[in-house]
Amino acid sequence: MNGPGRSKAANGWLLSAPALLLLLIAASGPLLIVAVYSFLEKGDYSGVRWILSGEAWFRVLFERDIFDGTVSLADANLSIFWRSVKLSLATTLITFALGLPTAWFIATRPPKARAVWLFLITIPFWTNLLIRTFAIMEVIRNQGLLNTFLINMGVISEPIQILYTDTAVLIGMAYVYLPLMVLPLFAAIDRFDFKLIEAGYDLYATRWRILRSVVLPIIKPGIVAGCILVFVPSLGAYVTPRVLGGGKNMMIGNFIELQFGQGQNWPLGAALSMVLLIIVMGALLVYTRVSDRDDPHA
Amino acid sequence: MQQRLLNVLTRRSLVAHEGASELSEENAVVAQNVGKIYGTGAAAFTALGDISIAIRKGEFFTLLGPSGCGKTTLLRCIAGFETPTSGAILLGGRDITGVPPNQRPVNTVFQSYALFPHLTVAENVGFGLKMQGKSKAEIDAAVERVLALVKLEPFATRLPAQLSGGQQQRVALARALAPEPEVLLLDEPLSALDLKLRKAMQVELKRLQTETGITFIFVTHDQEEALTMSDRIGVMSAGALLQVGSPHEIYEKPVNRFVADFIGETNFIEGEASAAGVEIAPGVVLPVTGHGGPVTLAVRPEQVRIEEPGAGLEAEVKEAVYMGTDTHYTLALAGGPQVVARVQSSAGPEPRVGDKVGVTIDAQSVQVLSE
Repeated sequence: MNGPGRSKAANGWLLSAPALLLLLIAASGPLLIVAVYSFLEKGDYSGVRWILSGEAWFRVLFERDIFDGTVSLADANLSIFWRSVKLSLATTLITFALGLPTAWFIATRPPKARAVWLFLITIPFWTNLLIRTFAIMEVIRNQGLLNTFLINMGVISEPIQILYTDTAVLIGMAYVYLPLMVLPLFAAIDRFDFKLIEAGYDLYATRWRILRSVVLPIIKPGIVAGCILVFVPSLGAYVTPRVLGGGKNMMIGNFIELQFGQGQNWPLGAALSMVLLIIVMGALLVYTRVSDRDDPHA
Repeated sequence: MQQRLLNVLTRRSLVAHEGASELSEENAVVAQNVGKIYGTGAAAFTALGDISIAIRKGEFFTLLGPSGCGKTTLLRCIAGFETPTSGAILLGGRDITGVPPNQRPVNTVFQSYALFPHLTVAENVGFGLKMQGKSKAEIDAAVERVLALVKLEPFATRLPAQLSGGQQQRVALARALAPEPEVLLLDEPLSALDLKLRKAMQVELKRLQTETGITFIFVTHDQEEALTMSDRIGVMSAGALLQVGSPHEIYEKPVNRFVADFIGETNFIEGEASAAGVEIAPGVVLPVTGHGGPVTLAVRPEQVRIEEPGAGLEAEVKEAVYMGTDTHYTLALAGGPQVVARVQSSAGPEPRVGDKVGVTIDAQSVQVLSE
């Protein structure tokens, strides 16, 4: 009579089948298609030709001179990768620097005020990303709020060109992703035992040492979660660099879109998507390694 | 006591030029007229009202009182977590009222232990020394020594979460002792432990205090704990210090009804004092010298003795509760109040409920209280 045990296992598979199917069709499937396309030849106008080719992967890092066929590094692509990583890291740092005091402030409010502050933090999610990005544009453009204000105050005489620079992209991304940093930090600080600060203060630690040696290590899971939640979508950001960065300050997301649209090079777009995936996974892997090494008890 | 202290303080300021100050030589911690008021205006709450106290070097001093009496606030003022609204705190004769906690040679054992969850036992214990900038060799040696003192050497590499409550308690103690503070503050450190462990830790704490010679200031609401461990006890209520004395003094000679009621069990008997004694019921006079007028007598249950009928005061047994080693009898004195007598079980006759008995009270042990 080992029937019940078996049917229980079978039931488990049966019950999870819809979810597994959805996962397969909606997540793994498209990813597989992208992976396969990256190894095919590009079609004449768009799409792919079903001929196995490493050309797309080659074109990710190198370019061939049209006239003499010499191979050189694709500087344009590399600068786009570098800008993406740089801007994403900067966004993560800025949101952390702004998010930590914000989350701390919220976590130390009385429960009622806390709910109000959390509500205010999540309000931007109610509005379309594109609209919010245009709102930022309205603030930083040459005739926008910021420049008009500074000129009227007499601080500057000429408007500062912020829009269509990396700074604009950075401001936009920091604004958009700040809640994703604040919420996990808040959750971590909310669980933090504030008696530990007194204990540290009692044991001759300065405020700075308490932050470094007690607070930050203990809320580290929240910091890691916040950094991942900000870094990963920053790296693939599309709307913000498109609207605030103009045409020339592309990030990987825009570059990929270009290959599937105007560029009509689907295999290259697919290979670039895979590269993005690899960078993200690499970053996560490095982070887990580092945090494991930090923790002697893991 | 307060008055005497104030006299001492005044005298000290007069004789300061002579050098040999009684305060700085003998006392570890002195609170001078310390007051702490939270809030302002109508919402103001007085947590401490004008507390003056001198705690001697190497003494096990207990602040005892019900919750909300201000004992923890006073402790936090000594630790530096709270700044008194008025008055001053002296440590070894030095005014430390405005000095932040990380610059006071005073360490605290917190009620919740507040161990650093991300650090091992050894790292927790070494934390204070590390922050003081001690060398690794010094820290390692001190950690080893202190862990041996609290018998936790095998657990040095464990995390706090991997320890039992009693072990965590000892880590908290070791962590506070490691930097060798002048004064160790203990904020109800045993309240989270079960009875048996608490008893064991009481002995342990007393041993540690004797071995290290460090001044311990211990806060508790448990009068039994205070009586068994302390050299001296300060009884607090509603932000005021009611009595300071040895456990013996506090128990035998409580200054008022609150102290008598809070420390141990007490029978309170209302009476009328006259030249002959205190009349507690029509015609029943106890030979106690009172001031005249209405008074309250405090009688410990163990000082009420049950005799054969006819001896002493006439009484009837209303209730008998067997408590193991003792039996508690509730006795109704003829025409007077009820008193509780504590009698060692199986020592002599055991009266039953309803029996008529005689009751004697040792007049020497009766305290005449002011309200």
